[in-house]
Amino acid sequence: MTMRLSGFHGGIEPDAHKHESSGAPIVPAPLPARLVVPLRQSARAVAECLVAPGQQVLKGERIGAPEGVLGTAVHAPTSGTVIEVAEYPMPHPSGLSTLSVVIEPDGEERWTALHPFDWRARPRNEALAHLRDCGIVGLGGATFPSHVKLGTGTGIEVLILNGAECEPWITCDDRLMRERAADILAGAQILRELIGAGRLVVGIEDNKPEAIEAMHAAAAGLDGGVAVVPVPARYPAGGEKQLIRTLTGIEIPYGRLGGEFGVQCFNVATAHAVYRAMAFGEPMVSRVVTLTGNVDRPGNVEALIGTPIEDLLALAGPRRADTDRVLMGGPMMGFALPSLTVPVLKATNCLIAASPRLFPPAPPEQACIRCGACARACPAELQPFELYWFARSKNFGKAQEYHLFDCIECGCCAYVCPAHIPLVDYYRFAKSEIWARERDKSAADQARERFEFRNWRQEREKEEKAAKLAAKAAETRARLAAEGGEAVAADAPPAAEDPKKALIAAALARAKAQQAAAAPKNTEGLSAGTQAEIDEIERRRRALGLAETADGTAAPDTPARDA
Amino acid sequence: MLSALLIMASIAVALGAVLGYAAIRFKVEGDPLVEKIDAILPQTQCGQCGYPGCKPYAQAIANGEADINQCPPGGEEGIRKLADLLGREFKPLSEEHGVEKPKSVAFIDEQRCIGCTLCIQACPVDAIVGAAKQMHTVVAPLCTGCELCIAPCPVDCITMEALPETVETWKWKYPVVDIRRAA
Repeated sequence: MTMRLSGFHGGIEPDAHKHESSGAPIVPAPLPARLVVPLRQSARAVAECLVAPGQQVLKGERIGAPEGVLGTAVHAPTSGTVIEVAEYPMPHPSGLSTLSVVIEPDGEERWTALHPFDWRARPRNEALAHLRDCGIVGLGGATFPSHVKLGTGTGIEVLILNGAECEPWITCDDRLMRERAADILAGAQILRELIGAGRLVVGIEDNKPEAIEAMHAAAAGLDGGVAVVPVPARYPAGGEKQLIRTLTGIEIPYGRLGGEFGVQCFNVATAHAVYRAMAFGEPMVSRVVTLTGNVDRPGNVEALIGTPIEDLLALAGPRRADTDRVLMGGPMMGFALPSLTVPVLKATNCLIAASPRLFPPAPPEQACIRCGACARACPAELQPFELYWFARSKNFGKAQEYHLFDCIECGCCAYVCPAHIPLVDYYRFAKSEIWARERDKSAADQARERFEFRNWRQEREKEEKAAKLAAKAAETRARLAAEGGEAVAADAPPAAEDPKKALIAAALARAKAQQAAAAPKNTEGLSAGTQAEIDEIERRRRALGLAETADGTAAPDTPARDA
Repeated sequence: MLSALLIMASIAVALGAVLGYAAIRFKVEGDPLVEKIDAILPQTQCGQCGYPGCKPYAQAIANGEADINQCPPGGEEGIRKLADLLGREFKPLSEEHGVEKPKSVAFIDEQRCIGCTLCIQACPVDAIVGAAKQMHTVVAPLCTGCELCIAPCPVDCITMEALPETVETWKWKYPVVDIRRAA
């Protein structure tokens, strides 16, 4: 099928380095001695732990429940025993740790009961929930949850299957398309039905003729509306907006998403995972990882999530002496791993052993000469030099005005920069700084709101207390008036403005009345013996001259003496 | 002559009416400058500036009663922002009001807490839950780290704990040039 293709702006054509690893078929990686499965599969998606140390788990059993909007489930990659739930370093540029479940495999690979899902018979929201529970995320690198991306299922006309795999060295999608084309297209049909798209377009870079051939053959057996389209190999042709523009001619504006323009894009490996999840009920417990670079036997392996990266690299041969670091992802967008003990994540598409021979150290950074080469190379049509100046001077507001967040960090600008400025590092710095400020700001807003609410609440409590007091005072006054205490009513200040004062006055009057009523009582109706006793005491007191002292101790006796 | 005077007078009356209407119609509630200053302040409500909360401090700055360098939680960056907003010179944080500390949250040692509710009453953002003679605890995501709960605690069971860096809060560092290599 021929199709008019539009190009995208900029881009570069680096050496593809695909042939090193694309020749050999995908082999399953052997079971490692220990699997470390991070409950946080990406910086933003976190799962809640469902297992405890010592617990037996089966392959595919859920060990992490999705948390939050962007959360997806995490599953045990094999059967075995949970030996620990603890913080372990995760493959992230920071090298920081995250809560992980450590599983010791029992070697039996016993699956838990799997439940295939009939997406045609069941409602759509159940299908999305099934995908979430199966832990299906985009395998192109960003690991965005697929059930969120499938959205509301309306307004999408074209579903694009992204098989471009434009980044150098990586061949996992290439091998997957060659070997499992039918499964990928079956998954794509499910996605198409769930998203309600009329057309399905598979975009594959033209440097992968075998994959194109395999997908063509698989598509031939399907009913219409499936187009397999080779796209010119030009990095970053596999960027979502770039591929959409190449295949449909639709240019997605700054800050908008493909879904708003009737186009949605999924990676081929994601489609494959969707097929496995629907047809067999299999959760995402493994993925294809390319092992390449400075190794003896480059190739692709199907690795369980949680396999230590050093174990995987050992499959490609012993570590060579000149390997100075290992990159996760491609050389353009990937990062150097802080250590090799970190596990494979759902996002781990490629591991490259780097050596100074393959990746010579960048020449020293020089001052920007304002040549504009970066702007010509930028596939997002930004002005990288402006962004660089603003990021460098920490003028983040201005950087955002120049659409910093439309930068896809593809690295084209840094690749072409004659001054060898690590431009992407500046953009990443600026982006994370802006995010941190956003977080601080929302925390401050929340604190302000809570503080103001507390002040309002305290004010309200004070008012309520005053109202209660006033009501009580009024009630007391009314009661006293009803009891016929005219004297009390006269004593109390007329129509007291302050309810508290009124209450006190009322209480005082009451006490006075009570005292007046009670005072004579203990000297009234005395027996003759008691009276005689009192008289005797009084006589003694007089003899001692105590009665004359007007201090407090003697005062209570006065009524008795008077009587 | 008279007609010219009348015309001028009627124009003046008409314009005056328009201005008068605009003053009512577009009246700005509150002082927008206070709002702007308050937006820069970190909302810890800690009172280290000498005012009972961020808003009163913002009010005091706007009135020219307080200086811009009295907010330790806002730190140097906050002072810079205030200086930019108000067109004043930057000045270092005033020492008598405290020092800039890493962001921390209060932590109640639940073994030692006697349930006196004094910290609950002291918390400006209602981030402590508990009841009389019941254990209290801090809702960490809501805690602003103002330290106002520490002093009232009769058994000294509240400590400040610095927030550790996580994968979520980690930031890319400012790219630095290796001088040895560049030379």
